[in-house]
Amino acid sequence: METPVRRFVRAFAEDRVAVLGFALFSLIVLLAVFAPFITPQNPYDLAKVDLMDSRLPPGEQTGDGYTVWLGTDGVGRDLYSGILYGLRISLTVGALSGLIAASLGMSVGLFAAYAGGRIETVIMRIVDLQLSLPAILIALILVAALGKGVDKIIIALVVVQWAYYARTVRASALVERRKEYVEAAQSLGLSSAAIVFRHIMPNCLAPVIVIFTVQTAHAISLEATLSFLGVGLPQTEPSLGVLIANGFQYMLSGRYWISSFPGLALLLTIVSINLMGDRIRDVLNPRLEK
Amino acid sequence: MSASSEPLLKVTDLATHFITRAGTVKAVDGVSFEVARGEVLGLVGESGSGKSVTGYSILGLVDPPGQIVSGSIRLSGRELAGLDDEAMRSIRGREIAMIFQDPMMTLNPVLRIDTQMIEAILAHERVSERAARDRAVEALQKVGIPSPRERLEAYPHQFSGGMRQRVAIAIALLNRPSLIVADEPTTALDVTIQSQILAEMQALCRDTGTALIWITHDLTVIAGLAQQVAVMYAGRIVERAGVDAVLDAPRHPYTEGLLGSLPSAATPGEPLRQIPGSTPSLGRLPPGCAFSPRCAYATAQCRTEAPEVSGQTLGGGVERQFRCHHPLQEPSR
Repeated sequence: METPVRRFVRAFAEDRVAVLGFALFSLIVLLAVFAPFITPQNPYDLAKVDLMDSRLPPGEQTGDGYTVWLGTDGVGRDLYSGILYGLRISLTVGALSGLIAASLGMSVGLFAAYAGGRIETVIMRIVDLQLSLPAILIALILVAALGKGVDKIIIALVVVQWAYYARTVRASALVERRKEYVEAAQSLGLSSAAIVFRHIMPNCLAPVIVIFTVQTAHAISLEATLSFLGVGLPQTEPSLGVLIANGFQYMLSGRYWISSFPGLALLLTIVSINLMGDRIRDVLNPRLEK
Repeated sequence: MSASSEPLLKVTDLATHFITRAGTVKAVDGVSFEVARGEVLGLVGESGSGKSVTGYSILGLVDPPGQIVSGSIRLSGRELAGLDDEAMRSIRGREIAMIFQDPMMTLNPVLRIDTQMIEAILAHERVSERAARDRAVEALQKVGIPSPRERLEAYPHQFSGGMRQRVAIAIALLNRPSLIVADEPTTALDVTIQSQILAEMQALCRDTGTALIWITHDLTVIAGLAQQVAVMYAGRIVERAGVDAVLDAPRHPYTEGLLGSLPSAATPGEPLRQIPGSTPSLGRLPPGCAFSPRCAYATAQCRTEAPEVSGQTLGGGVERQFRCHHPLQEPSR
């Protein structure tokens, strides 16, 4: 029997570019997950990092005797290892902040749509206010106030993202609430909570999934931006943004690899997510359905 | 059923108004009727006559700005008008169920049939999920869905319109309600499917003793199904009696007009008859009888003075009621 999920997968797979994006993204996730087993060096373990190996070009051998295919950075970290570990942080930050922001935003949006009246107006004006300020500005201020660390970055990213979900979910919930199946559910004597969470919420999920892909890519690049600016993650736990920032000063001296390989990894990650996101948007858009 | 026993549902002077800034719309204004156990009441009227709002009022599902402003709705002797939300919720789906017009819209598209059915049972009873599932299978079987155990796992879009309406009926039957309000449930279906569903509803009501309020604009549907007919016009019941009395010998000119509008009543070759004009806006009803501007028998009295309910007892203790200053003559029998 064809479930909505299976129908979605089939429609998604019709687009080759989207499948390519999915394959690329899966590869990136696998590399990140298994990073400790497939990298020659743990870049967070300062005892393993040798300053003598710094700024080696791609293909050179380190003092420990392994080849650094992507070169090393200014403090002697193997870039291949650094990028994979950096990807772990970037993906974790992107996914976690996205999930938290989505849950928070959906709850707020559903509550606003359900409560209506003045409560709804107040909540939606807060959302408008939030969305009228540039995300990077809010994130910068928050991270500057909270300090460095993965948890603080996630908090900052949740704060800049939740409003998108709240606005979208409220809009869909207002439409869904008027539909007859809600009235039918009421006529069965279901509780308000059951109607909101079991009947209305699943019908609002399509736009949330689309926003989730866009926002996750956005969150990853925002984290990289913050780290690049030096307010994100600490030097001892380099994310992609930190690696790019570290190599930036060497660009003009011809040591292109320190910045460009982490940059390429970031680019591929975001592009793969966006390729999937585009297709998901097309598949889930009710206006494009036949 | 004798007239003296307590009816299952007794609606008295029900008034449901929509109070907006632009004025008060009296969607239902002074409606009274009774439904006995196992009886089928046909509630007939044009769009905007207040028949659906009457149904929603019984379930307490009138959305703001609509509200029941006066009158009483008694189900098995219990007053429903003015009950709080929680008490009303425990009655909905358990004592009174509803079937809606468009089966394409009334099932949640993203939930499987079993989810929706089991949930409807568990909302009112503490039974195991297995027991609830068995009851769902039984209900689907009752409405004539083949291989119900497999079909339970399907999604609504995998059913045809007629099958979906059967599922909706099965859901309404789940908690064995004493009353089902059906709001034009066959209007969106093909005539062949319509007659199947009608036959099944008739059998189900007979077997389970469930009373039915069948809201429709289609008098031909009522003819075969209902024992009692109430004709609504502009928020009021203009005529109510047994089905034969209403269809064979209407006393209210509007009922006569409705019957005359049926294409089957016309002589072939002659132009089809219709009621002149259109239903008045409920916000700006004419003074006097609301039907007077369209009525061929209207007099000066009709235009200034609203007719009260007149009663008449027919043979066998059956009551007939109508609101008209100049009722049509009864044909001599």
